[in-house]
Amino acid sequence: MLHFLFDPFAFAFMRRALVGCVALSLAGPPLGVILVLRRMSLMSDVLQHGILPGLALGAMFGGLSFWAMGLGGLIAGLCVALLAGLAARATSGREDSQLAGAYLIALALGVALVSHQQGIDLAELLFGSVLGVTNVALQLIAGVASLSLLGLAVIWRPLVLDSFDPVFLRSIGGHGGLWHMAFLGLVVLCVVAGYSALGTLMSVGLMMLPAIAARHFAVSLSGQVRAAMAIALLASLLGLLVSYYADMASGPAIILTAGGVWLLGVLAGPQQSVRARLVRKSHLTG
Amino acid sequence: MNIKISVVNLTATYQRHPAVHHVSAEFAPGSLTAIVGPNGAGKTTLLRCLAGLHQPESGAVLRGDLTRQQIALLPQAGTLDPSFPIDCRDVVMLGLIGEAGAFRAMGASDRARAEAALAQVGLHDFARRPVGSLSAGQMQRVLFARLIVQEAPVLLLDEPFNAVDTRTEADLLALIDQWHHQGRTVIAVLHDLDLVRAHFPQCLLLARQLVAFGPTEAVLSQENRQRARMVAEAWVGDAPVCEAESDLHSHEHHEHGAHS
Repeated sequence: MLHFLFDPFAFAFMRRALVGCVALSLAGPPLGVILVLRRMSLMSDVLQHGILPGLALGAMFGGLSFWAMGLGGLIAGLCVALLAGLAARATSGREDSQLAGAYLIALALGVALVSHQQGIDLAELLFGSVLGVTNVALQLIAGVASLSLLGLAVIWRPLVLDSFDPVFLRSIGGHGGLWHMAFLGLVVLCVVAGYSALGTLMSVGLMMLPAIAARHFAVSLSGQVRAAMAIALLASLLGLLVSYYADMASGPAIILTAGGVWLLGVLAGPQQSVRARLVRKSHLTG
Repeated sequence: MNIKISVVNLTATYQRHPAVHHVSAEFAPGSLTAIVGPNGAGKTTLLRCLAGLHQPESGAVLRGDLTRQQIALLPQAGTLDPSFPIDCRDVVMLGLIGEAGAFRAMGASDRARAEAALAQVGLHDFARRPVGSLSAGQMQRVLFARLIVQEAPVLLLDEPFNAVDTRTEADLLALIDQWHHQGRTVIAVLHDLDLVRAHFPQCLLLARQLVAFGPTEAVLSQENRQRARMVAEAWVGDAPVCEAESDLHSHEHHEHGAHS
């Protein structure tokens, strides 16, 4: 049994993959929980597509180095977040439709730029290669994860207040927009950090799926954050094992495992699940 | 310290349409005032201007030496997401952010203050209850507890008794009375004129423009109320913007009915 668990990690690339995923599992899910609470789940979609043109431009100017592409992705992600945030706050249009518009443009632009550029594999950008995480990428992921957790801790209180009762925050003289943008900056950092391991599409998966699932396992906000982290860690470990034994691409295996936990939560979780609803109903009707 | 709030020739608009039109009034320290008026009369807008949430188009709100944190606002009920994973004590402790700032750690004494405030509004054992499990009346009590810990010398309440039962209303009214006796300034938007007559010595009758302001009995005379209705109706029928925009205006008026 233990051999089953430990054998795959005899390989250095599996250990690196695990360390990278652990770092992402600690940094991403708390951000995801806040995104869900702010009804901004769609923002993660926008960002994952939004950084794509940046990655391509980074490669265009800086070559295929991890840093050049990462920096490009970071700048593009921040621009998209800023524009989407401004558009939503400055106009009275519906935020979700504007976000959908923004991410379609970003995706098309990204694909156009990537296809123009020799030597970049679009599939690898979108889906990553967990098993190909280099030491440089690992350092970046770990650094960003630490920074992101610290940053979130610093802005936590005003951010939660702005999520729950923005009018009250303004009435005591707070600036909701400031915390909102700082928070989006952290989200962008995490998505960019995750792209090399999980790809732009999948890095958001490890942020959002555990966060969505956590609602079914915990009541309080801190409980949901802890649950989301635990789910992400579990999904990372199980996903890597599945990918090793079933010979499946590791990024999708991790995300599918997280998705499985979410479905489990929807059906049978202790909170707000189908099971909880059915059980309560049978009690009421006696 | 000067804690008088006054409104000087205040006009506030939504997309260029006046919601509050050339209103002047003074709220003396320690006064207890009800703002009443027909639907769409600009009551909520006036309150938001007083709280500094809405930038007036012209005129000014003078707040003396009051800081933003010394003016506590209770927004209209129903704007908060009941599914938010937060418990009653944490909601009350949000009221302490004004003094604790964004970063100072909150400790046992802060929690004790929040729990004492909850007890004061009759929610003794509710500290750890998530807000999603509360009734509308209980939620309103929690928000009053948050006002208590803010310890603000000026309190602005927007329709504090909407959707609460008579017992909650009586308890919260007692709290407002207590604030009044402590010498705080309380300004509340209200609909129930009998309640206003019974509990609020001063009254401001608004129909976008100021109809009357002063002692409640005099303000709520048959004649004034009639005038408020007529002014409000005149604003609907006889658009204050030019004819070409009359379509726009009726649309805007509709929106206001929904907001205030």
